[in-house]
Amino acid sequence: MGLAIAVVLTLITAVSVSLISAHFWWFPVDVATHGPAIDHLFTLTFIFTGAIFVLAQLGLAYLIWRYRDRGQGGKATYLHEPAMLQVTWTLIALILFVGLAFMGHRTWAHMHYTGAQPGALRIEVWGEQFAWYFRYPGPDGRFGPIHPSLMDDSMGNYLGLDRPHDQASKDDIVTATLGIPADRPVQLILRSKDVIHSFFVPELRMKQDLVPGMEMPIHFTATEDALNHDGGRYEIVCTQLCGMGHYKMRAFLQVMTEKKFEQWLKQEAAMQ
Amino acid sequence: MGEVQRGPEQRKRFVGKYIFSVDHKVIGRQFYFLALFAALVAMLLSWVMRLHLGWPNVQLPLLSTLSPAGAPGGVLTPEYYLSLLTIHGTLMIFFVLTVAPQAGFGNFLLPLQLGAREMALPRLNMLSFWTTFAALGVLLSTFFISDGPPITGWTAYAPLSAAGSITGPGEGMGQSLWILAIALFCLGAVLGSVNFIATTLGSRARGMTLHCLPLTCWAWFLTAVMILLSFAVLLAACLLLMMDRVGGTSFFLPAGMVISGDLIHRGGGAPLLWQHLFWFFGHPEVYITILPAMGIISHILSCFSRKPAFGYQSMIYSMMAIGFLSFMVWGHHMFVSGMNPYTGFAFAVLTMAIAVPSAVTIFDWLGTMWGGKLRFTTSMLFAIGFVSVFVTGGLSGLFLAQPPLDVYLHDTYFVIAHLHMIMGLAGTFAIFAGTYFWFPKMFGRMMSELLGKMHFWLTFIGAYAIFMPMHFLGFEGNPRRYAALTDNFLKPLIPMHRFITIAALITGAAQLLFVSNFFWSMFRGEKAPDNPWEGTSLEWTVSSPPPPENFSGGTPVIYHGPYEYGVPGSEKDYVMQNSPEKIAGG
Amino acid sequence: MGSAVLTPPKAKPPEDSTPPPGKGNDGPGGSGGSGGPGGSGRGGRRHPPNWSLPPGAYRIAIWMGIVSISMLFAALTSAMLVRAEIATDWVHGAIPSILYFNTLVLILSSLTLEFSRRSLRKEAEKGFTGWLYATTALGIIFIAGQLLAWRQLAAHGIYVTTNPSSSFFYVLTAAHGVHLLGGVLALFYLVFRSRKIFGTPQKRIAVDVTAIYWHFMDVLWIYILILLKVKL
Repeated sequence: MGLAIAVVLTLITAVSVSLISAHFWWFPVDVATHGPAIDHLFTLTFIFTGAIFVLAQLGLAYLIWRYRDRGQGGKATYLHEPAMLQVTWTLIALILFVGLAFMGHRTWAHMHYTGAQPGALRIEVWGEQFAWYFRYPGPDGRFGPIHPSLMDDSMGNYLGLDRPHDQASKDDIVTATLGIPADRPVQLILRSKDVIHSFFVPELRMKQDLVPGMEMPIHFTATEDALNHDGGRYEIVCTQLCGMGHYKMRAFLQVMTEKKFEQWLKQEAAMQ
Repeated sequence: MGEVQRGPEQRKRFVGKYIFSVDHKVIGRQFYFLALFAALVAMLLSWVMRLHLGWPNVQLPLLSTLSPAGAPGGVLTPEYYLSLLTIHGTLMIFFVLTVAPQAGFGNFLLPLQLGAREMALPRLNMLSFWTTFAALGVLLSTFFISDGPPITGWTAYAPLSAAGSITGPGEGMGQSLWILAIALFCLGAVLGSVNFIATTLGSRARGMTLHCLPLTCWAWFLTAVMILLSFAVLLAACLLLMMDRVGGTSFFLPAGMVISGDLIHRGGGAPLLWQHLFWFFGHPEVYITILPAMGIISHILSCFSRKPAFGYQSMIYSMMAIGFLSFMVWGHHMFVSGMNPYTGFAFAVLTMAIAVPSAVTIFDWLGTMWGGKLRFTTSMLFAIGFVSVFVTGGLSGLFLAQPPLDVYLHDTYFVIAHLHMIMGLAGTFAIFAGTYFWFPKMFGRMMSELLGKMHFWLTFIGAYAIFMPMHFLGFEGNPRRYAALTDNFLKPLIPMHRFITIAALITGAAQLLFVSNFFWSMFRGEKAPDNPWEGTSLEWTVSSPPPPENFSGGTPVIYHGPYEYGVPGSEKDYVMQNSPEKIAGG
Repeated sequence: MGSAVLTPPKAKPPEDSTPPPGKGNDGPGGSGGSGGPGGSGRGGRRHPPNWSLPPGAYRIAIWMGIVSISMLFAALTSAMLVRAEIATDWVHGAIPSILYFNTLVLILSSLTLEFSRRSLRKEAEKGFTGWLYATTALGIIFIAGQLLAWRQLAAHGIYVTTNPSSSFFYVLTAAHGVHLLGGVLALFYLVFRSRKIFGTPQKRIAVDVTAIYWHFMDVLWIYILILLKVKL
């Protein structure tokens, strides 16, 4: 029995490790400038946890096989607590784990401690049960105020803009697709009309909740390379349970060249 | 027997003995059966969910009979899928993983291991069980109301859970009943833990110093303290949520919400407040389920390694550290929810810190086996399985603890894999290990080892087959709580989902082996001796099952620590805690 | 409280600490069991064949209950602070003046309960039951006073949903009221069983436990009053 468990544990370890290192099921391409740092952190963490995983599982397998009761009588080693040994490995674990936490600090700081660069394209991302809307400020660079009482999907006033009266709203552009230019800093301001949603684009390595009553800014820059995959089109999915249609709450991110983007925005503006 | 008419007196005796009993042994078994029932229901729900994910359009006529509204024509609706996952999570986390290791085994064994006649407050104990029972009843009643169970998952994030039936099916009566059930559960859990603390502090036998307490008792005691501190917070959160739903207040409802085109005339509330309150309870809750499991595993590993529990003291300190730190890491559930990023980083460091005592416990378990003479009973196999899945689940936690990585993995299948490994599997493996270990004491008969071993192999391999691939789904970015996979980048993952479904069906079916072994052995199993596993703690000094008064020869006197196995110079390879034999050295 | 419970094992040699089963160590828990609040009432000093509850258990239990209730109100407090912090709609409500009268009544009831206990210690049955009646009556007056405060607020058009601070006012007072009602029920129990309790020394623990709880309700109320009074 001891041998059997040892073998099964070894097999599980071998299969898991080889499937992970084969990258057969793996992360999608990475199209944001902050992506490589995250992917690097992933790799480091994979190596770190992988080593512990193999050591612990194989160690367990070895102990089980080596110390199985062979029915030869005698007693087990009578041993309680070697204090030095315990202090040593507690300290090692402390240094390793807390060190790992600090390793991720720089990436985190880059993503969240500083705001978007000054000149970044500002876009509002709105979630509702179960759709996405995106608002561009238009030529004046200002978002018009929101009037919840005016929100009416059937009239096409998804965000409750008062275009006749609010000067800033007049040139606001509301779209169903998130179009962005490549290689230019973008700031998204996440807002929700009803419940909590979450904005997730796997290829951007980016996720943030949309909390009603709050404005959540996030920022990123899509790489030039983003134009080359799937025609620059990536799925935006909701990852925070938001009701019965949660699984089909989806929109698309379209990365374009600067020129195409200006054209597209003009087209969208014409349709308002 | 059959012909004898049962008089009212006998009936009363039956009720007093098995239903409204104050005997901790009966209450412990009642809690155990409640958890077993909840686990079976939860498992069936997971079968339906897995089938739906693998083959979304396949018709299951049985389903439409069971729930015409939830599965018209035998095909699950998306909202009913969410209802099922809510009830699955709630049942498993509250009614199985919190109940079985703590209230189930704890009630049965704590007084026996302490050398006490009873729990300190038997009537409170009974009240605790019946409150929990009522909670389960209220929870399951949501299946029988017209709009079905709630769809918010076991975390019930506001405002989805707070704004009433306008946010979706199940959000009317169903959600309110869910809150009531959880509130009742909080009450039952707090009453129970008050009793655990009073018993551990006040009812130990002579000589049972804190250094002689088995690690199980330590774990139950520390868990009771954690329950006391955390469930009250959940109760407060439930109170506020209920007020938002029925009282018209706006604790969690922000201003200017427009749901399905209707402007909600409330305002000013903070949706994140619910998350803070919930996870202040929710993270300790994770350790509330796992601490008793750690105690049980330490106990069993030592017994079947025939070796003293390695690092008895470091185990206790680790459990204390885990308990203490668990109240300071709740924010790591909220890295993407819009918390201050500096706070987020502080939570990340604390979370990594809690991995240290967890790692120490793993060292201790490996150390216990090192140099031992391992006996591979079914119970031991599950204990070994526990160590394996605990390592795996713990390591995936190191990914989620780092905010930049959590940003990608949050709310994907990676999280499902992680929480099922570290909490679901580790917890159930400990329950299984404990069941095979203490069944002889609880029911006076032995379980079949052959069936038990078959059960172990199918469960252990099946568990990895189900949950290892879920990590890969997480790498691909597959979000959790999706009723169907309609996104382009998810469609290639359907074969993987089918594989998981098949693995889940087989592993689930293996649990029927356990259930049949359980009930067959209860009535037909071999009669159990007093001490079948040659254990040292006090429960093995009494008959199987123990007499009503526990220790018929007067209360025991304790001379030794709980894990005196392989003592050099002693006649046998173990020394019972109440044996006056002298131990040389040590 | 918590620190007493969580006292780690003192530096005693663990394994070979075979306690001499002799005098000085006959309390259950021996040297380690110093956790019980109040320190007294070593649970079940003797285990007679007709086993009865260890008296210390009640004390520990009530203190643990107090810990739990404190956590409940701590959670509500933090919710209130957070809610007030983020709110744009926070209105500081004046509290009805009858609450001060109620506070006085509650403090008085704690005093009368102490008088009752003193009489019990002096074996004066009349004083014991008399003060017990007084305490119960004051408890009921307090609850009636709280209801009156609600009525007054409602008369001014301030309801649960009026503004966030009024929501918290009602929730906090109601949560306290429910817990206090439990205390009144305990007092009723004492009143109805006063003869038996007076006659049986073991049963007197019920009075002590109720008193601990009642005084805690008193302290808790003063805390809530201050919380409601402070301008957030």
